[in-house]
Amino acid sequence: MEQQLQQLKEEALKKIQDASDVKELNDVRVAYLGKKGPITDLLKGMGKLPAEERPKMGALVNVVRETVTEALESRMTLLEEAAIQAQLENESIDVTLPGRPAPAGNHHPLTRVVEEIEDFFISMGYEIAEGPEVEKDYYNFEALNLPKGHPARDMQDSFYISEDILLRTHTSPVQARTMEAKKGEAIKIICPGKVYRRDNDDATHSHQFTQIEGLVVGENIRMSDLKGTLDLFAKKMFGADREIRLRPSFFPFTEPSVEMDISCFKCGGAGCNVCKKTGWIEILGAGMVHPNVLKMAGYDPSVVTGFAFGMGPERIAMLKYGVEDIRHFYTNDIRFISQFNRTEA
Amino acid sequence: MLVSTKWLSKYVNINGIAPADLAERITRAGIEVDSIINRSQGMTNVVVGHVKECVKHPEADKLNICQVDVGEETTQIICGAPNVAQGQKVIVARPGAVLPGGVKIKKAKLRGEESNGMICSLQELGIEGKLVPKAYAEGIYVLPKDALPGEDALPLLGLDDTVLEFDLTPNRSDALSMLGVAYEVGAILSQGIALPDINYDQASEKAEDLLKLRVEATHDNPMYVAKVVKNVTISESPLWLQNYLMAAGVRPHNNVVDITNFVLMEYGQPLHAFDYDRLETGEIVVRHAEEGEKIVTLDDAERTLRSHNLVITNGKEPVALAGVMGGANSEVHDGTTTVVIESAYFAPASVRQTSKEVGLRSDASARFEKGVDPNRVQEAAERAAQLIAELAGGAVLAGSVVFDELEKTPERIVISPDYINSRLGMKISMDEMMTILKRLQIPTDAVNGQLVIDAPTRRQDLKIKEDIIEEIARMHGYDEIPKTLPVTESVPGGLTPYQAKRRVVRDFLEGAGLYQAITYSLTSKEQSQAFALETAETTDLLMPMSEERSTLRQSLIPHLLEALTYNVARRMDSVALYETGSVFLGMEEDGLPKEVEHLAVAMTGQWVDHAWQGESKNVDFFVLKGIVEGLMNRLGFSDRLTFEKAAIAGMHPGRTADILLDGNRVGLIGQLHPSEMKKRDLKETYVMEINLADVLKAETAELIYKPVPRFPSMTRDIALVVSKETTAGKLEHIIRDAGGKLLKDVKLFDLYEGKNVEEGKKSIAFSLTYFDPERTLTDEEVVKAHDKVLTALTTQADAQLRG
Repeated sequence: MEQQLQQLKEEALKKIQDASDVKELNDVRVAYLGKKGPITDLLKGMGKLPAEERPKMGALVNVVRETVTEALESRMTLLEEAAIQAQLENESIDVTLPGRPAPAGNHHPLTRVVEEIEDFFISMGYEIAEGPEVEKDYYNFEALNLPKGHPARDMQDSFYISEDILLRTHTSPVQARTMEAKKGEAIKIICPGKVYRRDNDDATHSHQFTQIEGLVVGENIRMSDLKGTLDLFAKKMFGADREIRLRPSFFPFTEPSVEMDISCFKCGGAGCNVCKKTGWIEILGAGMVHPNVLKMAGYDPSVVTGFAFGMGPERIAMLKYGVEDIRHFYTNDIRFISQFNRTEA
Repeated sequence: MLVSTKWLSKYVNINGIAPADLAERITRAGIEVDSIINRSQGMTNVVVGHVKECVKHPEADKLNICQVDVGEETTQIICGAPNVAQGQKVIVARPGAVLPGGVKIKKAKLRGEESNGMICSLQELGIEGKLVPKAYAEGIYVLPKDALPGEDALPLLGLDDTVLEFDLTPNRSDALSMLGVAYEVGAILSQGIALPDINYDQASEKAEDLLKLRVEATHDNPMYVAKVVKNVTISESPLWLQNYLMAAGVRPHNNVVDITNFVLMEYGQPLHAFDYDRLETGEIVVRHAEEGEKIVTLDDAERTLRSHNLVITNGKEPVALAGVMGGANSEVHDGTTTVVIESAYFAPASVRQTSKEVGLRSDASARFEKGVDPNRVQEAAERAAQLIAELAGGAVLAGSVVFDELEKTPERIVISPDYINSRLGMKISMDEMMTILKRLQIPTDAVNGQLVIDAPTRRQDLKIKEDIIEEIARMHGYDEIPKTLPVTESVPGGLTPYQAKRRVVRDFLEGAGLYQAITYSLTSKEQSQAFALETAETTDLLMPMSEERSTLRQSLIPHLLEALTYNVARRMDSVALYETGSVFLGMEEDGLPKEVEHLAVAMTGQWVDHAWQGESKNVDFFVLKGIVEGLMNRLGFSDRLTFEKAAIAGMHPGRTADILLDGNRVGLIGQLHPSEMKKRDLKETYVMEINLADVLKAETAELIYKPVPRFPSMTRDIALVVSKETTAGKLEHIIRDAGGKLLKDVKLFDLYEGKNVEEGKKSIAFSLTYFDPERTLTDEEVVKAHDKVLTALTTQADAQLRG
């Protein structure tokens, strides 16, 4: 019997070694260790042995069983690993194939510029004020110190709906309306919006375009406050090392009036095509609110002062992104708009 | 305004300052110099020549063989100009000369004859044709007799000059004159200026003996000065005068006309010269025109006048349109011997209106419109008289014929240095302020610590304290202003809920794959009401520039569709755009149209394109509907939104719905009608538009957390066969109604028509989720609720349960 047992072990170990996959190995397990297997049979046959031999044989059978079991398990581990390996090889993909595109639209470049400007001023405690695009002559001109017949009205040729109603030529009427509504309170607003002027559309003109203006009104608002505000704005929008300079200019609704240049962000001031070799780029117009404008809105200009500024997001986008033709903003060519889908440095 | 630096240097010392530096300083002080024009344009080897002999070229009719003394030699030059003649002093470009435009002059042979250079016209020296005196417009320019052969022609022609082109803002009309510019430059350079020295001999005869003056329209013409000069000889002006005018962009005519233009440029005071004899009546009457009265102006155009147009008449008929243009009937001509010089103040508004009405903007009207200096009206007339005496040999009659009710007192402005500093945020001393005002030649006294200023009338822009603040600031330099930040009562700032939600809308739609478009608000009248959500009057422009842009839009869809067509035509077949913007509906009580912010989407082509994995899906109704639902969920309207089939012009009748929020129509969605798609060269296209203002203003429930479920939910599926006409929406409604409060969710998961389903029917399947937040549901409870649902579906929708 001992010999029989030894033979059984050899046989089992060989079959385990020969098993080439998990299923075959499981068959071996059932064949040798199962309830109907030879080892069980041997154990069942123990009863026929003399009592003194039983413990010895029992121990022997157990050793054989353990040996076979161990061999089975280690072979099983090996085969399972091989199976996983095979599966992994089978599942291998070409990682250079294109991924499934995630839906990705984006802001129009003008909205991108406007929101960037809005967000800067919001961080400085400004509110966003909006108003109608079709305006009364009063808010668009008269309340801004541009009475009927004023020569400066020629600067802004307008689309009239009737004698007294027109498409606003700038977002300044929002300032006039806000001042009127605030009835003497302090104001810190940004007014973005569409404006309209009688221009033939070409590379640098558009009958519809965008403006964004700012207005601060309160006691003891000084021109230095305007300069400090614009300086921070220029640095935020165009880079921390931007310098600004103010040049005297004229707008009927401000006095003094200035234009603001920033040091060229392309060449840093050395002179290039963007700044037309001057080192400076004109960005916006600004000034101290004209006392007549304050007066008309019900403020006392001897107590309350203010500053205002305004700029064109189209111009800023053209400068920042090198866009050469203003009409691109209104053609809505997807090949144009989709270029503005990424973040900037 | 074109400012010749050569001319300017007559009044202010700008020696040693490079034109570019001067331009920069002028710009920084407030007048923008647009361009710097070098009139010599790099020309060399251009000299005076004397035509000693001029004969026809034997081989060419139109050519002349000229022997020209060019100083160092006499040389042969072939000239094709019709006006070349023996004895003339001419401009010669010698071999080696480079002319504007890069033309290089070389020795050449023309039809066998040697030509050593070129006799030049002014155009060939870079002067615009419209500025060349008419006599020389078609040929070479002839220099005065006293020009020396071999002499450099450029200084002679004033081309050794640099011109600064000013881009003047409307307030700085003072710089529409060389003297005004001189005051400005003098202030910048801290220099005085030299005013013209006016003195001339007067004849004993008095002007008023010859000329009568009557001003009837005293409001529009508060001052009129006329001087009379006898025995003038009309001729060409001396070269220096012609040169200055051409540099200033004015075409020379004859000495008298050129003098009036010179004084206009020098003083900014427009003048007009009448031929005294052609006035016929010896009288000038200034009045308003008769309605329908006619005048032929100097440009030979007949103009019909209205009763508010101011005219100069000879007592019978108009001889000039006041301040705008002279009349042809009284024009100075070659035979004129007695000249009347008019210098006047015409009211800005009147000139502006007349010039606008007749469509004539002249150098004169541009100045009158802005208000000329009341204190220079007389002086300019004197200056012209002096020059006519000098250059046209006339005898100036004594005195002037004058009407004068014009206010000439300077504006007095009293301002304290503290006020100035507090407005600027600076600390400029009173002494320095005084110095600046002195540099500007603005008379100022210091009285009790206040600046008492008499603003000179040449500076029409100085009226109030703030104007003085600007003068101080710009001369002190804006670079000196410190940078501070405003200190105001702190307001929180930020976006309003509406504005914040609008940004959410944009971000959501872009996250869903749509690109933001911005289209024009103006459209054609015909298209303006298409797809509008409500019927309203259109808002039309009074004077549109084109039919295409004549009316304000009432829907965003038409222009979005145009953008789609534009892209598709360029082979971008899949386009998905959205826009937020105003539409303009009818008229409110205040006269303004009702302006409402809308949101629209237009999409065509593929929605999913992942071809290599075999996935591709075109845009359809449900893609767009899913976007709308997703957006509304994001805005907090998840269960308040419904869709109802609708018939809308331009839309597919079977695939269009109204969008309702709480049962109120807020928008439309659907497929574009095939005929509309064909018209626009589009394939299957879907659009939607909602009243964004209504949606963003609608109240939403507060966002309060609901406990995360602690107990399991149970799911039951139902498969039904119903009539094809029974909508999914109706079935869902029945299910929700019958399911009671345990029914938490209903999801449609299958829809089938065709094989194995009876004709006229469809198979539809829902998955129902039952749930109680407080406990685990028992089977019996779910069965009870579910049975109710099944019964309701059977009775209310005639549904058959499928196995």
